[in-house]
Amino acid sequence: MKATARVIVTPKPVVNDPQGLTVKQGLMTLGFREVEDVRVGKYIEVSLEAETMHEARERVEAMCRQLLANHVIEDFHFELDHEGGKHR
Amino acid sequence: MKFGVVVFPGTWSDRDCGWVVDQVVGAQLQYLWHKDADLKGCDCVILPGGFAYGDYLRTGAIARFAPVMESIGEFADRGGLVWGICNGFQILCEAGLLPGALIRNSSLEFRCEWTHLMVERKDLPFTSACSEREVIRMPISHGEGSYFAEPAVLSRLEQNGQVVFRYCDPGGRVLPSANPNGSLHNIAGIINKRGNVLGMMPHPERCSEPELGGADGVKLFRSVAGNAMKVLVS
Repeated sequence: MKATARVIVTPKPVVNDPQGLTVKQGLMTLGFREVEDVRVGKYIEVSLEAETMHEARERVEAMCRQLLANHVIEDFHFELDHEGGKHR
Repeated sequence: MKFGVVVFPGTWSDRDCGWVVDQVVGAQLQYLWHKDADLKGCDCVILPGGFAYGDYLRTGAIARFAPVMESIGEFADRGGLVWGICNGFQILCEAGLLPGALIRNSSLEFRCEWTHLMVERKDLPFTSACSEREVIRMPISHGEGSYFAEPAVLSRLEQNGQVVFRYCDPGGRVLPSANPNGSLHNIAGIINKRGNVLGMMPHPERCSEPELGGADGVKLFRSVAGNAMKVLVS
């Protein structure tokens, strides 16, 4: 089966995120005063072949740990899609 | 003494490093192509600055999978001297040869300017030609040079004396105003616990001749060249 993983990588809460702070400033300047915090991360889409959704999840998890995210500075999570189904 | 200078696609300081090794210090020079796992008998391997593999995904993230990196890991395990400068430092962190990571400068700007560095260790093969707590002047040139490590790692680095260079003012005071990129503890360069893998953001190869506005960088190259005989590679 074919699956698609939508991976979101974000800076860890303890890591200073100057991009996020700058975007927050921009939003405040535009009048969005309700904004409390902004963190800027990355979105990565991975299409893959797998026997089962369980296997796909394990493989994507391994990809994130080994390359897509740097555990020192980043957190990650992902959603998996398969033939219209959605699994978190 | 034979220096190896690694060349990745996107490396740009390889010729500058090569020039200092070959023309200024007069040591043997060998360029090492990233696809070639053979380190060709080098005593010290330099990972120079630039944008290896375009810095795609994260700085150094893809470079660490190059065939040459596996050999460099084994070389470091045997006690060989590995020296990452700028992008090379980022690669060493991604490869897990040094702790922590280099993130976006707190200013969000690419900074290309002179800095002052406090040399906190002079008992290393890389710094033995410096004096005790010498302040040296060296340029930086990076957008992602802000050193980060989690608090436990940071305090271990400090306890072990693994911080080699710290951004300071011309008088040697380590102040927030002397920190060009937001690095924690003003860290500009660190060494592994064993003392044979050095990573630093500033560029010694760009200040190794007076014509370039300063020659403090050559002290590091001369340190390595002079210490080669004492380094035991098992």
